[in-house]
Amino acid sequence: MSNGKADDDSNRITGAEIVVRALRDNGVKHIFGYPGGAVLPIYDELFQQEEVQHILVRHEQGAGHAAEGYARSTGKVGVMLVTSGPGATNAVTPLQDALMDSIPLVCITGQVPTSLIGSDAFQECDTVGITRPCTKHNWLVKDVNELAATIHEAFRVASTGRPGPVVVDIPKDVQFATGTYVSPQTAPRASYQPKVQGDLERVKEAVAMMAGAKRPIIYTGGGVINSGPEASHLLRELVDLTGFPITSTLMGLGAYPASGKNWLGMVGMHGTYEANMAMHDCDVMMCIGARFDDRITGRLDAFSPGSRKIHIDIDPSSINKNVRTDVPIIGDVGRVLEDMVRLWRASAKADKKAVAPWWEQIARWKARDSLAYRPSNDVIMPQYAVQRLYEATKDRDTFITTEVGQHQMWAAQHYGFEKPNRWMTSGGLGTMGYGLPAAFGVQIAHPDALVIDIAGDASVLMTIQEMSSAVQYNAPIKIFILNNQYMGMVRQWQQLLHGNRLSHSYTEALPDFVKLAEAYGGHGIRCEKPGDLDDAIQEMIEVKKPVIFDCRVANLANCFPMIPSGKAHNEMLLPDEATDEAVATAIDAKGKALV
Amino acid sequence: MNAQHLQPTGSAYFIATETEKPESHTLSVLVDNEPGVLARVIGLFSGRGYNIDSLTVSETEHEKHLSRITIATRATPQVLQQIRHQLERIVPVHRVVDLTVVARERGHDRPLERELALVKVSGTGDDRVEALRLADAFRASVIDANTEHFIFEITGRVSKIEQFIAIMKPLGLVEVCRTGVAAMNRGPEGM
Repeated sequence: MSNGKADDDSNRITGAEIVVRALRDNGVKHIFGYPGGAVLPIYDELFQQEEVQHILVRHEQGAGHAAEGYARSTGKVGVMLVTSGPGATNAVTPLQDALMDSIPLVCITGQVPTSLIGSDAFQECDTVGITRPCTKHNWLVKDVNELAATIHEAFRVASTGRPGPVVVDIPKDVQFATGTYVSPQTAPRASYQPKVQGDLERVKEAVAMMAGAKRPIIYTGGGVINSGPEASHLLRELVDLTGFPITSTLMGLGAYPASGKNWLGMVGMHGTYEANMAMHDCDVMMCIGARFDDRITGRLDAFSPGSRKIHIDIDPSSINKNVRTDVPIIGDVGRVLEDMVRLWRASAKADKKAVAPWWEQIARWKARDSLAYRPSNDVIMPQYAVQRLYEATKDRDTFITTEVGQHQMWAAQHYGFEKPNRWMTSGGLGTMGYGLPAAFGVQIAHPDALVIDIAGDASVLMTIQEMSSAVQYNAPIKIFILNNQYMGMVRQWQQLLHGNRLSHSYTEALPDFVKLAEAYGGHGIRCEKPGDLDDAIQEMIEVKKPVIFDCRVANLANCFPMIPSGKAHNEMLLPDEATDEAVATAIDAKGKALV
Repeated sequence: MNAQHLQPTGSAYFIATETEKPESHTLSVLVDNEPGVLARVIGLFSGRGYNIDSLTVSETEHEKHLSRITIATRATPQVLQQIRHQLERIVPVHRVVDLTVVARERGHDRPLERELALVKVSGTGDDRVEALRLADAFRASVIDANTEHFIFEITGRVSKIEQFIAIMKPLGLVEVCRTGVAAMNRGPEGM
C-alpha cells in the first residue's frame, strides 16, 4: 500500500482481471472450461490476453477430468473454469474423483450476483454447499478485495499436504467490481500447516523393523506419485538397498518400474496372486502413500494377520482408519524416504540370506502365473490386446489413461509402467467416462507424447463428446476401446452374484465407432482378428489425429485373478480355476451383500 | 447399513465385528469464524456417520475471529481418533482437543461440562407450589412468571438438567430450550 500512487493504480483492477492475473502468477498455462452467463467477465479477460490458454471442452465433467489428467501427468495443479448452476453441478463428479485420488485441482465457478444469491435466480445453485463435501476446501468470494488472496490460497491448499480439489465461487458482480490485487506472497493462514517432515525416531524404528524382517513387503500407492519424481527415485533406491519385494495399488503404478526385479505386480481385488499372497503372509509390511482401501485389503479381519505394519502418509486421518498400524510416520513420502534411505545406508545391512526363503516362496506363487489367459487365434483376447499395445508403445514416451471396468484392470495387469505420472486412472471414485477427457488433458500438457485411453465400449460413451474437443485442438489422443458390447465388470459381478441374470449389462445398440470417429473429424479403425492387431495398432500410432480404435474382443472374457467379496487375500479365484461353476459359487450368501 | 444385521464376512465394504465399546467424549474444536465453517463440521459428522449428542458454538476470541465448537459424541476409541483427525483436516480448523482424554490424563473422571436450560412450566395450586419448591432445590432461578406460569433458568451438568425436566413434566411442563454442553478441563492449562 505504501508503494506510491502509480503502483496502487496498477493493482486496482476488476475482479475478472484479478482472476486471470492470479492464474498467471500461480504459473498456470492452461485452463479447461466452458463459458456461461455467470463467468462471461472472466472469459472476456481471457480473450484479451495470451499467457493463459483456455481449452474449450464440450461438457464441464470433461473439463474436470481433463484438468485431472493434466495435473496427474505434470505434477502441476489442474485448473477448470465453469459457470454457475449446471456448470458447477456438472463439475461435481470430477471434483469428487479428484478428492478420492488426491489430485490437485482448482475449479473456478461463476455465481449469480451477490444481490441475487438465495433468490432462486436463473442458473443459481448453492455451489459451496454442494461442493463442500467433495472438495478439500471451498470459498465464496463476496468482496473483490479478497479475491486475489483467496485464489492464491486456493492454489496453496490444492497443491500442498495431501493434494485435492478446491472451488472458488465468484459472483458476477465481484467479477465486474474493481479491487486491489495482491501477489501470491501473502501470509498463509495459521490453521492450515501440513506436516511434511516425518518424525525421525519413528523412521529409525521403521528401519530397525525392516532390517529384522524375514518376510517383508513394500506396498506403495498414489502418494508416491503425488510426492513427485524424486520420491519414485528414492523408492527405487530403497528397494535396491533392501532387496525387498514391492507391490503397488492401482494408483501407484509406475513409481517402481514393472520391469524391476523386485516387482510383484499390482495388489488387491484384481492384483496378482504373488502380490496378494505376499501381503497375506508377510511379517513386516511397509505401506508408503497408500490408504488400505477396501479394494486392497479384502476381508479386513483376515488382512495380513501376522505382520507388523509401517505406514507412511501425509494425512494423519489415513493412519489407523481401516488397518491398525504399528509404526505410523506422518509426512511427505519423499522426505520420509530420504531419511529412510540415509538411515538404512548408515545403520542397516540387507540380510539377503534371511530373506532368501521368502523370495523362494514368492517364486512359487509367481509360478502359478495368475495373469494367464487362454489365447485364441480366432478372437482377440482383451489381455492380448493390451499386451500388444504395450509392445508397440513401450519404447515411446507413452501416457495411458483408462475408463473404469474390466479394461481398466486388464490395462493395470498387462501394461508395464516404467515411470511415474504415465498412468492416469480413476481409482477411488471409479468414474466411468474419466479416461477420454483425461487423455485430452494429458495431450494438452504433452503435445508430442503418445497418449492412449484404454477404454471400454460402455464407459467411453459417457464422455465421448470430448472427441470434438480433441479434434478442435489437434490433440491426437488414441481411444483404444476393448469392445465386448457389455458393461463387462457389471456382467462379471452378475455372473458371480446374481445367478448369471445379465440385467441391463448388454448394450444392444452401440454406435459404429469408426463412423463416429469420422463424424467428429477423427480417424476410425476397427480390428476383429488377432492377426490384424499389430498392424492396426501401428496405424493408430502413426495417424496424426484423434483415433477411435474399435478393438472387438472376446465378448465373455472375465477379469481374473480376483478376490471375491467376503474373501481374504489367500482365497483368490485364479483364472485356471474360474470355471462357470466356481464363478457361480465363489461368493456365499453373506458376501453378496457387500460390494 | 443393511449389511450390519448380517454376520459380516468381510471384503469390500467389510464391517468388522465391533469389539470396542462406544464411549461418550466431549471435543473442543477451535476454528476460524468464517461462513460455512459450522456446515463443514456438521457435514463431516453426517457424511461419515458419526454421532452428535450435543453441539454448541460461539465466537470466543473476537479480535482473532476464532470460534470454539464443543461437540459431545459417542463412538469407539478408534472412531474417536478418526473423528479428531478428520476434523483436523478441515482447513479453517486450528485445534481439536478430546477433552475427555485430556481429563483422564490429568486424573479426572471427565471434563467440566455445563449446560443451560430455560424451562417453562404452567399450572396453578399445589403443582405450582411444588414446581417452585423443586426449582429452589435445583437452584433454578425464576426469570419470568405470572399467575399461571414460571420460566426457570437452570445451569448444571447434563444429568441434572435431564432430571429437572423429568420432574417438571407432571407439574405442567410446557416447553424446554437447552444450549447444549459447554466444556473445558480443570487446572491452569488451556486447551
